[in-house]
Amino acid sequence: MKYYLIGLAVVIAGLIWFLSMPASDDLVVYSGRSKALVDPLIRDFEELTGITVNVRYGGTTQLAVALMEEGDRSPADLFWSQDAGALGAVEKENLLAGLPDELLSTVPERFRNSSGTWVATSGRARVLAYSTTRADADSVNELSDLARPEFSGRVGWAPSNGSFQAFVTAMQVVHGDEHTRDWLLAMKNNNTRIYNNNTGILQAIAAGEIDYGITNHYYLLRALNEDPDFPVAQKFFEPGDVGNLINVAGIGILNASSQKEDALRFVEFLLSQDAQDWFTGEVFEYPVTSADTGEAQQQLEQLLEMSPDVNLDALSDLESTLQLLREVGLL
Amino acid sequence: MLRALEGDWAVSADLLWRQRNLMLLANTLSLTGGVLLVTTLIAFPLAWLTSRTDLPGRRIFTLLGVLPLAIPGYVLAYALLGLGGVNGTVAQLTGFVIPRPSGYWGSLIAISLYTFPYLYLNLRAGLMGLDPSTEEAARSLGSSHSTILFRVVVPQLKPAFYAGMLIIGLYVLGDFGAVSLMRFETFSYALYLQYAASYDRIYAAWIALMLLTLTCSILFVEYRLLRGLLFHRTGSGSSRTFQPVKLGNWKWMAWGFIALIAVAALVVPVWTILFWMMRGFDASIWSGLAAALQSSFIASAPAALLAAVLAVPLAYIAVRFPSKTNNALQRTAYLGYATPPLALALALIFFTLNTAPFLYQTLILLVIAYALHFLAEAIGPIRSSLYQASPRLEEAARSMGLGPVKAFMHSTFPLLRNGLLMGGAIVFLSSMKELPITYLLSPIGFETLAISVWSYSNEAMFAEAAPFALTILIFSVFFVGLLFAREWKRT
Repeated sequence: MKYYLIGLAVVIAGLIWFLSMPASDDLVVYSGRSKALVDPLIRDFEELTGITVNVRYGGTTQLAVALMEEGDRSPADLFWSQDAGALGAVEKENLLAGLPDELLSTVPERFRNSSGTWVATSGRARVLAYSTTRADADSVNELSDLARPEFSGRVGWAPSNGSFQAFVTAMQVVHGDEHTRDWLLAMKNNNTRIYNNNTGILQAIAAGEIDYGITNHYYLLRALNEDPDFPVAQKFFEPGDVGNLINVAGIGILNASSQKEDALRFVEFLLSQDAQDWFTGEVFEYPVTSADTGEAQQQLEQLLEMSPDVNLDALSDLESTLQLLREVGLL
Repeated sequence: MLRALEGDWAVSADLLWRQRNLMLLANTLSLTGGVLLVTTLIAFPLAWLTSRTDLPGRRIFTLLGVLPLAIPGYVLAYALLGLGGVNGTVAQLTGFVIPRPSGYWGSLIAISLYTFPYLYLNLRAGLMGLDPSTEEAARSLGSSHSTILFRVVVPQLKPAFYAGMLIIGLYVLGDFGAVSLMRFETFSYALYLQYAASYDRIYAAWIALMLLTLTCSILFVEYRLLRGLLFHRTGSGSSRTFQPVKLGNWKWMAWGFIALIAVAALVVPVWTILFWMMRGFDASIWSGLAAALQSSFIASAPAALLAAVLAVPLAYIAVRFPSKTNNALQRTAYLGYATPPLALALALIFFTLNTAPFLYQTLILLVIAYALHFLAEAIGPIRSSLYQASPRLEEAARSMGLGPVKAFMHSTFPLLRNGLLMGGAIVFLSSMKELPITYLLSPIGFETLAISVWSYSNEAMFAEAAPFALTILIFSVFFVGLLFAREWKRT
């Protein structure tokens, strides 16, 4: 009995301690980007500016829904999302404040939304991943090739994954619903195997379950960084093919923020050369802006050349894509 | 829940009655049934061996029955997946390529391996609390060991069976991690996808409602099954300790059985974690480890305590005063368990911001949320012990002039200790690996071990995830060990 009373006392003491903590004016970021990817960058920002940043890490979707639930009572100053869709959803509820034009003009038009409420911070491309031992990568040049009979049961995809869905949205924008539906059905009837996410696809290729997969580009780069013998390689489809779509991570300042100035400094920092170099060098992503003419600039140009020109507003509306995916029985 | 009613009825009806949903429902029910069967086949022999026999090493094996709870489901699924394929562990060790587990069987194995402890703990608490005199009476009438086991012991374990199976059943209904990795499409998986992708809180609420309907029907079945059960002593005399069954040469078989489960449920995932760690060990990770450990502990321990404390009165009134209202009250705890954690977290955000905004994103709210969600896990073991504690003791205490609370504390409460410890332990381990609630309700910057594991492994940074997963495991061994050490000291 005594133990339980002591335990209860501890709980109550903890309660009082937490309640008495002063409300701070630190910057609060809701980040759908995981800590593993961005923590060092945030520490750099703190060191550079002296502003303390508190981050709530979570799934992008979960945080977006939480922001909607919190509304104007949200403690968050910034929402840093893994994809365009979540930012679009938050914007639709009028939760985002605008960003200044000077800042927006530093990134190509393709990497910001039209109303100027959020901006991309880095990009990732869709690619074809393939086995280094069993696949003939030269025989695949465009997405539609994968629906050919010779690839039956050898391809993997992840219909529940946000990046995949954004890619289907892009396909609808570029080629229309009819074409997209036909392709999805052709792929499905070609026994394309369903995986949970990009990592699952890569591991299945390595394990010999499938020979090809459509994934994001950076998972493989990371896997190779850990294990140079990982038996998977990747390539782009033909230039402009919708299979090379760029998905972006992006950030916006919330209306509920009481510290919009500091929040803006954070956004500016993420678009600075140092931060962009960090995304390319450490996270293996693509830059969305470049001030100098080094490797980053080349990467950016390559990316703009390879990827289809689809604007971010179009990507932020997933509703019709989900409907289509449900219709063909993939969701 | 109000949100569901805001939706467009026609569209909702469409979502509800899609033909695909029926297929998903069939998948879900067959998986639930399969898991219940497999977990019973694992948990019952293990519980009997560790509580009723002279099997050498049974104390260590007791830990085996609990620890799989400490392994996050997706880690176990990753580990099982890593066994098969041309570059899988089995192929590397033996040269034979086995297919990677997937689909129904993959999900069945994975989920069974990390849920059987729920049943095990209930059964063990039940077995230890049984009054040996009934079995002695049966033996004196000439019954054999196996007859006694199935005609006398098993029927008395009904509350424990039902409680464990209820938790497991509800768990399977809501499980997302393993089925998604194993690519087996269940109801919850499909519903989760619609939820995650559409940012639509109205359908999300519908999803929660559909799950709750399923839960209610299961709870009703359980209620019908439990009605009128009484297992306490009615005569005079006090219960004695058991004479353990001598296993003799059967112990080899028992060891084999236990070794098989240990390999599948513990060795494989632990080995996988160690393998991840060897791939790229980064010393700088240790600094984050201590903080994460502390966070996990200060959230999970009070939650376990709170859940155990809340569970006692709920279980008590349901067992001692079984009216319709009281039973319904106790079953509300299961609704909290069956509500998808994400929906529960969102509901609590809505609720606290509108009633007690100062609590929002504090540790207190997190602890309360854990306790509410996992309360059902604590009720089972406590209720099982309570069925065996005679109300006569308490009445005697009352007759000696003690007040109702004091009488309960002095007579019944000590008999509940096993159940309380087990209930608390389950809630503790579950809270340690909980994700969605932690994500949304914890204080800002609060990083538990589970969040770190998930965050790294989701980015395919398994080497970085490994130390955190290992810490969850080691810490759980330590904590559960402490609990059992108390019990062993008494015997």
